[in-house]
Amino acid sequence: MKILPRIGFWLLVILIGVFALFPLYYAIISSFRSGAALFTIAYLPERFDVSNYIAVFDRQPFGQNILNSIIVAGSVVAISLSLGMTAAYAFGRIAFRGRALLLMTILAVSMFPQVAVLSGMFELIRSLGLYNTLPGLILANLMLTLPFTIWVLTTFMRELPKEIEEAAFVDGATPWIVVRRVFLPLMAPAAVTTGLLAFIVSWNEFLFALTFTLTNERRTVPPAIALMTGSTAYELPWGTIMAASVIVTVPIIGLVLVFQRKIVAGLTAGAVKG
Amino acid sequence: MTSAVAQADAPVLQQARGRRSSLTRSRLRSAWLFIAPSLIILALIAGWPLARTIWFSFTDADLNNLSDYEFIGFENYLASYDGEWLGLLTDPDWWQSVWNTVWFTLVSVSIETVLGIVVALILNAAFPGRGLMRAIILIPWAIPTIVSAKMWNWMLHDQFGVINDMLLRVGLIAAPVTWTANADTALWAAVAVDVWKHTSFMALLILAALQMLPQDIYEAAKVDGVSPTRVFFRITLPLIKPALLVAVIFRSLDALRVFDLIYVLTSNSRDTASMSIYARQQLVDFQEVGLGSAASTLIFLIIALIVVITLAAGRVRLGEDPR
Repeated sequence: MKILPRIGFWLLVILIGVFALFPLYYAIISSFRSGAALFTIAYLPERFDVSNYIAVFDRQPFGQNILNSIIVAGSVVAISLSLGMTAAYAFGRIAFRGRALLLMTILAVSMFPQVAVLSGMFELIRSLGLYNTLPGLILANLMLTLPFTIWVLTTFMRELPKEIEEAAFVDGATPWIVVRRVFLPLMAPAAVTTGLLAFIVSWNEFLFALTFTLTNERRTVPPAIALMTGSTAYELPWGTIMAASVIVTVPIIGLVLVFQRKIVAGLTAGAVKG
Repeated sequence: MTSAVAQADAPVLQQARGRRSSLTRSRLRSAWLFIAPSLIILALIAGWPLARTIWFSFTDADLNNLSDYEFIGFENYLASYDGEWLGLLTDPDWWQSVWNTVWFTLVSVSIETVLGIVVALILNAAFPGRGLMRAIILIPWAIPTIVSAKMWNWMLHDQFGVINDMLLRVGLIAAPVTWTANADTALWAAVAVDVWKHTSFMALLILAALQMLPQDIYEAAKVDGVSPTRVFFRITLPLIKPALLVAVIFRSLDALRVFDLIYVLTSNSRDTASMSIYARQQLVDFQEVGLGSAASTLIFLIIALIVVITLAAGRVRLGEDPR
């Protein structure tokens, strides 16, 4: 009586696991096959050919693309966190007039469709002389990360007990000192969470990166992979594309596995508690 | 710098009249100082570009020379030349893209909601390897959309794709299907990838709600011998409804602005274009900033309208709640 539901339960668990992992698994085994072998279907890894991995860096400035992505995502995280932390202190700990309205406005910005600002952003970036540069992409990506950074950090900030800062104020600390000395250490876990989310958002961003860069050397990873072409226009280099995909996915998966709990906490803090 | 300002102000503030203490005043002042940088940046990179986009939609601007344009009113949206109607609202491609986007959003979010509840219920049960399972379902979410689209593109390849091979072996299809090149199947392919990628997000939000539910209700139901199905529909579902609603709204807003997935998966075909793809195509590929901005503005209005409606509906429902 009880054994049948148990088997069903485990079958479901296995099914979900396979569905979640198979595309990545298949990309990995495909990336180690090249030439004619790629065009026969294999379900199990049967060879270990690294020529695709060499070709990725050989045929295009993929190393540069990865570096660009790291620079852009790293800067976006640093700027979002430092701006977001100070703003979140004000939003989370100080009752000032217009606070709720401002927070709603900031939340509204995070719901903007990216394409709604595309032509205005294009004009802005070009007039600042940042077209086809990494600072241009950093500026544009802040629109995606800053609102939710403020939002998530504010929800975390509100949860800290009130006594913490009162003691500091009684001792004569200024708000700035309170933020730096009291809240920064306490908010470190929340900062890691939001920083990771911001990093992933920026690392995965495609529309701005595609529109605001022109040359291969300035591209970040997503447009670089999307625009990879083979020796002829009609033949896509699937092996190379799979190798590139694996290269940029593995570090992200490592991050996710290590910080799994923090990421889940951040995702749910942004949505459920808000 | 901020601390210097706050300190310099302190003596002045202490003399200030009013009921508020100097401390509260200096905190209020610092609140605005702390928020100002974020607000200025957001105004510059979100508010200003949005305003410019809306403005451009009333002009005949061209991408090559953005400084030279004329105000043309609503002509990008709708215009009449010698009895012939022109403009965005008469373009069948635009309406095709609207329909594609709405269809994609409805189908993928519905499937994600149902599957998300299933996955969340599973993860809410205690079983060995639960932590591992939660990590596994996060993996598709973390993979860049472009990479997922390319991975699935390869799996869905008409000649060498593993999915055609699987389906042929099982006997579900008689001949290989050109999944992504065929307009009938391409949007389904996009839905499949979106479900694969975003079900975990839905599941995690629902799981968070499930874990906050009071356990005594379930014990009471167990004592009374209520069947699990009834428990789910009568107790669990009503209780997680608010969280479910939030998750559905978040996902829908995300799906409505879909760009990269369809752009890469269906190789920029007109039949499967989403609203965002249509707007970018006018803007960048055809250099028609006016028309592209008009499309962008409409997308913005559609999404803003949905946000307002759902927020209003949510508030009404909360008000009716007797508890």
